[in-house]
Amino acid sequence: MDQLITYSLHLADTTLILAQRNAEWCAHGPILEQDIAITNITLDLIGQSRNFYQYAATLINQSAEAVAEPATEDSLAYLRTEREYKNLLITELPNGDWANTILRQFFFSVFQFGLLEQLQKGSDAQLAAIAEKSIKETTYHVKWSSEWVIRLGDGTEESHQRMINAIHNLWTYTGEFFIPAVYEKDVLPHVDFDALKSAWLEKITEIFTEATLSVPPASFMQTGGKTGHHTEHLGFILTDLQHLQKTYPGAEW
Amino acid sequence: MELIDLEKKFQEKIDKEIKIEPLDWMPEAYRKTNVRQISQHAHSEIVGMLPEGNWISRAPSLKRKAILIAKVQDEAGHGLYLYSAAETLGTSREQMIDDLHSGKAKYSSIFNYPTLTWADMGAVGWLVDGAAILNQVMLCRTSYGPYARAMVRICKEESFHQRQGFESLIVLSKGTAEQKAMCQDAINRWWWPSLMMFGPKDSESTNSDQSMKWKIKRKTNDELRQNFVDMIAEQVKLLGMTLPDPDLKWNEATKHYDFGEINWEEFWNVVKGNGPCNRQRLEARNKAHKEGDWVRAAALAHAEKRKNKLAKQDLAVA
Repeated sequence: MDQLITYSLHLADTTLILAQRNAEWCAHGPILEQDIAITNITLDLIGQSRNFYQYAATLINQSAEAVAEPATEDSLAYLRTEREYKNLLITELPNGDWANTILRQFFFSVFQFGLLEQLQKGSDAQLAAIAEKSIKETTYHVKWSSEWVIRLGDGTEESHQRMINAIHNLWTYTGEFFIPAVYEKDVLPHVDFDALKSAWLEKITEIFTEATLSVPPASFMQTGGKTGHHTEHLGFILTDLQHLQKTYPGAEW
Repeated sequence: MELIDLEKKFQEKIDKEIKIEPLDWMPEAYRKTNVRQISQHAHSEIVGMLPEGNWISRAPSLKRKAILIAKVQDEAGHGLYLYSAAETLGTSREQMIDDLHSGKAKYSSIFNYPTLTWADMGAVGWLVDGAAILNQVMLCRTSYGPYARAMVRICKEESFHQRQGFESLIVLSKGTAEQKAMCQDAINRWWWPSLMMFGPKDSESTNSDQSMKWKIKRKTNDELRQNFVDMIAEQVKLLGMTLPDPDLKWNEATKHYDFGEINWEEFWNVVKGNGPCNRQRLEARNKAHKEGDWVRAAALAHAEKRKNKLAKQDLAVA
């Protein structure tokens, strides 16, 4: 049970923090249509995170350790600390430019698509149901971000160079997708993470080829997000995110 | 046909409530007034995303965050319809956006005020969107067809915005002492600027008469402002809050609320660029646009490459 709670929180934190980052583009996008598009993705991710938080809250409230104050989606999102958050490191990195933002979305969405397929086949009915709903959204996120990778990779000299810079920034954070934490192995005994990684790499290679970009060689990968060892960025994100709940404890909004 | 006859026929159509469509003959001044008004309206939607966007990262619950993001996104959509409506009059979106960024074109001055607390999200929804709706409901019947049709869609979403703004203030008004104070403070700060949204008094308004004759507008600034005061003076009671106007009181003879004098010096100052956030708003828009230059250039370059590639394939097949 504890492992399932932790895993649900990992999924919830990951989607929330990516949404929080993407939301920084809202009203600041490079063109109106794309401002709307990335904001749509942000809304999808918030919706997914709410489903995972609500599930975690239900599990916590059913467990023996349930306390007087029941857990809610908001208590889990707003009152947990930097070391308790279990999101993937890649989601908390600063947005950088549009190339960096869309490449992160692409890496993440292709990974998430493969993961959600596996969750649908898993033994936990609730996770499977959330995955079934989410994968429709993620299918679009993969399509949208793939198109942008191709457009920028095979656009101008400048956009191509910016994509190379983005790959350089982000590649070292992609390994964490496929290195399961203890709780993931426990909750997802049926998932072959190496196979997930091969399928991911295949899709990345396909799109990069069309985008005239090269896939970097295997190299050192950063990890830690899944167990609460974050970059220095997360503290600032949470300070912002949790500002009102921390300033006015216990208030309803 | 003589110009004078064309103008006569045009006015007859207007009088018969027949919509003017993009390819119809229209007086140059009618075209210009509509471009000015529709593009100003579009710019207001886009600049208006900034003060609300200011609280997205700090929204106090996940539900509020989702609602706020959806709302700001709606404003972007409204901007798109409106730019498209204005483009039917022969001015490109690029030109309109350039005019916004250079400071030549105006947008609603209300967005030059800062959003200081979370309660401002509610107050903006209730008061600012509430004031905008009165104007927009009228514009659903404006004489230029594409503008009127865009407004029908926009009004549906705006009335949802106003309701959610009011609903979030209701929650604050029933909350802790600090939340109540936050709610009252936001109302105090947004009330007068909201009244200013209807523009100068009828006696001072330069564009009003002709716009009424052409049915671009169907109510005067003062009429709309009075409707707004009458509506809000009642709704504020449901919040258990007050409006910051000692002269506000029901007038049994006129069946309207009397209200105090607007600070017109402040109004003109903000219009002229001296509001608390004029500079920041334009800087933010310019920055987003400038940082998007290379993205738009890349998208165009890629589309061109694709087109050439497809053309070559077609040739090969032929």
